[in-house]
Amino acid sequence: MKALFIALSLLVAVLFATSLLTGPAGLPVVQSLLDLVFGGDGPVPIVMREIRLPRAILGLAVGAGLGLTGAALQGYLRNPLAEPGLLGISGMAAFGAVLAIQTGLSLVAVLALPLAALLGAAAGVGLLVVLAGPRGGSVTLILAGVAISALAGAGTALVLNLSPNPYAANEIIFWLMGSLADRSMLHVWLALPPMILGAGLILSTQRALDALTLGEAAAQALGLAGPSLRWRLVAGTALIVGPATAVAGAIGFVGLVVPHVLRPWIGARPSVLLPASALGGAALLLAADIGVRLIVPDRDLKLGVLTAIVGAPLFLHLIWRTRSGGRV
Amino acid sequence: MRGCVRRSSTMLAAAVAIAAALPVVAAPQRVVSMNLCSDQLAMMLAAPGQLLSVSSLAQDPRLSPMADEAAAYVPNSGRAEEIYLMRPDLVIAGTYTPPATLSMLRRLGIRVETPPPAEDFDAIRTEITRMGRLLGREEGARDLLARFDADLAAATRPADRGRAALYSANGYTSGTKTLAGAILEAAGYDNIAADYGIAVTAGLPLELLVMARPDRLVTGTNWPGQSRSEAILSHPALAAAAPVKTRVRDLFWTCGTPLVTRAIRSLE
Repeated sequence: MKALFIALSLLVAVLFATSLLTGPAGLPVVQSLLDLVFGGDGPVPIVMREIRLPRAILGLAVGAGLGLTGAALQGYLRNPLAEPGLLGISGMAAFGAVLAIQTGLSLVAVLALPLAALLGAAAGVGLLVVLAGPRGGSVTLILAGVAISALAGAGTALVLNLSPNPYAANEIIFWLMGSLADRSMLHVWLALPPMILGAGLILSTQRALDALTLGEAAAQALGLAGPSLRWRLVAGTALIVGPATAVAGAIGFVGLVVPHVLRPWIGARPSVLLPASALGGAALLLAADIGVRLIVPDRDLKLGVLTAIVGAPLFLHLIWRTRSGGRV
Repeated sequence: MRGCVRRSSTMLAAAVAIAAALPVVAAPQRVVSMNLCSDQLAMMLAAPGQLLSVSSLAQDPRLSPMADEAAAYVPNSGRAEEIYLMRPDLVIAGTYTPPATLSMLRRLGIRVETPPPAEDFDAIRTEITRMGRLLGREEGARDLLARFDADLAAATRPADRGRAALYSANGYTSGTKTLAGAILEAAGYDNIAADYGIAVTAGLPLELLVMARPDRLVTGTNWPGQSRSEAILSHPALAAAAPVKTRVRDLFWTCGTPLVTRAIRSLE
């Protein structure tokens, strides 16, 4: 187990460094890393500190957040199909963010953007927990997610189409697919604090989620499955997915793929799966963000395109296993 | 019988005399323009009453430098139906007008002309002359051309003012073979797009722009409502990329008309 965590941490560190060293300018490796740390004159420190560093930090944080919330939702809903992107939580967060931008709220107060996205995500995850709590079946959960996704996507498209800005309508694809291109340190400071708070809340549910694997009755007997668990999960998910979506758009499938890949090594123990999924999510998103820069360097290929290419076949595979009678 | 023949030959002689006085093709009397750029040239050159309608974009003060003049014309939104109902004898569209609309108008028997967008000063000269010919206003076109050449000569600066970068929403830059590039060159700047072999309008990653170390950065003003596409223009790296930053790219930069001399002057 320890070896797995060391391997994952090393992988994240290598990918973080690779992300810092990937870019169209093709800077010399040593020089650019020195300029990143010590600064200096000329354009290289600007490129490293203002363009590549925020991109790498956001890739790490957003990926970790999505992996963590995916694992937590799967543990709480006891359903391996749960994931913030698929269930419409990211979509609701994007809708909140778009509303804050198009009403001009985000110009009045910078914090309005992550806050509105957070409220959108909270509405989405709250609705899901009410519709398909721990006792709801897979079908209820997925259908609730489909409905919430459709509603959020339509709302986002409507608001952007009504915008007086000629570029806004073209940005529907960003809010649905996500991208980390040209984000700045401002976005890091907007997203990171609430995401860290949310991660703390989610990690505090580890024991309760472990107990929940024994069944809801057992967890309740241990006094661990009460409303407090539900509220910590809802708030934690909203605090992570909301701000992450506000700065990076809705990126799907990370929270689905990562816990699924890690489960064979870890088993179904949420207390271990949660931190491992955070590391795995960070690795997956950093890799995807390096991928979009290498595959078509001169276009802004959306991150969600790559994660969906990996994630959607896995999703179909999981559904196939449900269909053939095996437990998913 | 004989008198009748004489009368008809007199009429023929009169008709020949009238035809000789007219240009080869009679000037169109009901002209509709449906493209922001041809709107402006047509308004500059048309005889009073000759131009019926311009595109509704020409009346938008955010897009059109001639919005006040355009208010005197009927606006059209470029649909074949409304244009047909105006009974035009000449429709001036652009190369980017939807082809379905154009073929519909042509099927209805209306003469449609599609002058290409002018991407440099020579093309502007060509377009002034072409518009004059289309409207049967060759003399007005010659005057306008002479004024444009004088204005251009007065606005042009020697090429020693340093390196400049054009940057717009979504990280696009304009190379030397674009109108914006020609304006920049006339104002005396070297275009950094040339460093990366960009001649037309193309995406330029933010970090390549920073690495080019321009002396001046030229961007446009933002549209109302916000967009992520324009957010790149407020990126901190862009603010640090060049010592001088001006947001002057505006409606004078959009169309190849004699008004581009004002765009050149805006870089003074």
